[in-house]
Amino acid sequence: MDDLTAALARDLDGTFPALVENAGPGLYWGLRRLCGDHQEAQDLTQETFIRAYRALGGFDRARFEELRLSPWLWTIALNLGRNHLRSRSRRPTFVQMSEYLSSDDPEPPDTAAWDTRLSTLSMNQRTAVVLRHVVGLGIAEISEATGRPEGTVKADIHRGLDRLKRVMEQET
Amino acid sequence: MSIEDRLSGLAGGLPDGISEGVALGTGLADGYDLYSSPLGEVVVTFNIEGVSSLDLATKGYETRFADRHGRRLFRADPPTDWGRHIPEAMEAGTPGRLPVDLRSRTPFEGRVLQIAATIPRGEVRPYGWLAREVEKPGAARAVGSTMARNPIPLIIPCHRVVRSDGHLGEYSLGGPHNKWELLTHEGVEPARLVELAEHHVRVQGDPATGVYCHPTCHVIRASGQWNVVDFTSTAAAQSAGFRACEVCRPG
Repeated sequence: MDDLTAALARDLDGTFPALVENAGPGLYWGLRRLCGDHQEAQDLTQETFIRAYRALGGFDRARFEELRLSPWLWTIALNLGRNHLRSRSRRPTFVQMSEYLSSDDPEPPDTAAWDTRLSTLSMNQRTAVVLRHVVGLGIAEISEATGRPEGTVKADIHRGLDRLKRVMEQET
Repeated sequence: MSIEDRLSGLAGGLPDGISEGVALGTGLADGYDLYSSPLGEVVVTFNIEGVSSLDLATKGYETRFADRHGRRLFRADPPTDWGRHIPEAMEAGTPGRLPVDLRSRTPFEGRVLQIAATIPRGEVRPYGWLAREVEKPGAARAVGSTMARNPIPLIIPCHRVVRSDGHLGEYSLGGPHNKWELLTHEGVEPARLVELAEHHVRVQGDPATGVYCHPTCHVIRASGQWNVVDFTSTAAAQSAGFRACEVCRPG
């Protein structure tokens, strides 16, 4: 168990804010590159953590022992994202209602070009490329998060990057 | 710059609002919003369980909340349609459809508060009545201290609970003058209650029906006040041949 997981096992409520600080940026920016929208990425990030919190509350020692935080959080996030794509009308959550908490888009507008480029990839390639290079997960972690074999993940990343290169060459 | 480097440069810090949103959504923090009430501006806090507290919006309420509940507080919109129910509940002086979070109270206190919430608008009941209703007739004092620690005054109407001798008694939200103010706002005449208390009147009977009630019960008030009989105890009412009202259950 890493330090953060051990601390979560000891004191979930006290440690959870640290998990959000720690894993939040990767989740948000990964989801942002996968869905291309600030508000949606923010909602999905929050919902991922809320579900993670509820799940961790029921974990026993053994579950904590085998928990690998990043891939596990991404399993939740990708499931939410898939369901989200399937139906855009999700039930309103507590946090969605909070106009005081919704923040301005933190991203400079010229970055939006990446969403156009990434949208030319298949969903599997896009997910693998984003998790590997935007979020910085390892191949084994991506394999665990997506449920796809490591060899397939590697191939997805390779093909995805190739495609992006070609798309960018055509831009110039 | 390689495409891999450019991709890794696309990530940044955590945008504002996410950690607060997670804290609210997990119940590790409460949200609050400000509302106007007969006592001026009040701050109402809420979490995933329901409305958790109400306080006068005077300086330092965020610190007072954190001290009392051990959770953080963020300005937020209440979830779904609670935003509409909160002003309604404050005006009615009962939670109605609004869920309330009484986890900070003991089960006994929770029961006392839930029963206090059933006292109709414009009526008052003594501490002893509440103690009987929770089937702890000797616990009038404990009921009194439960009212003093009511986390959600106005919505759980502890201002409708008075001393067993009929005097208005203390009020936690800013002092007894606010209790007077709220009861007046609901159409109770506090001066009349004080006068009855000074004459040791505990219950009143209607000769037409033979029923005795708490003086503010709508049953006795509907009878027309001109011929009601004052009693200094329920025993006195009973020996005069009156029976207890089934609505206000004066004991």
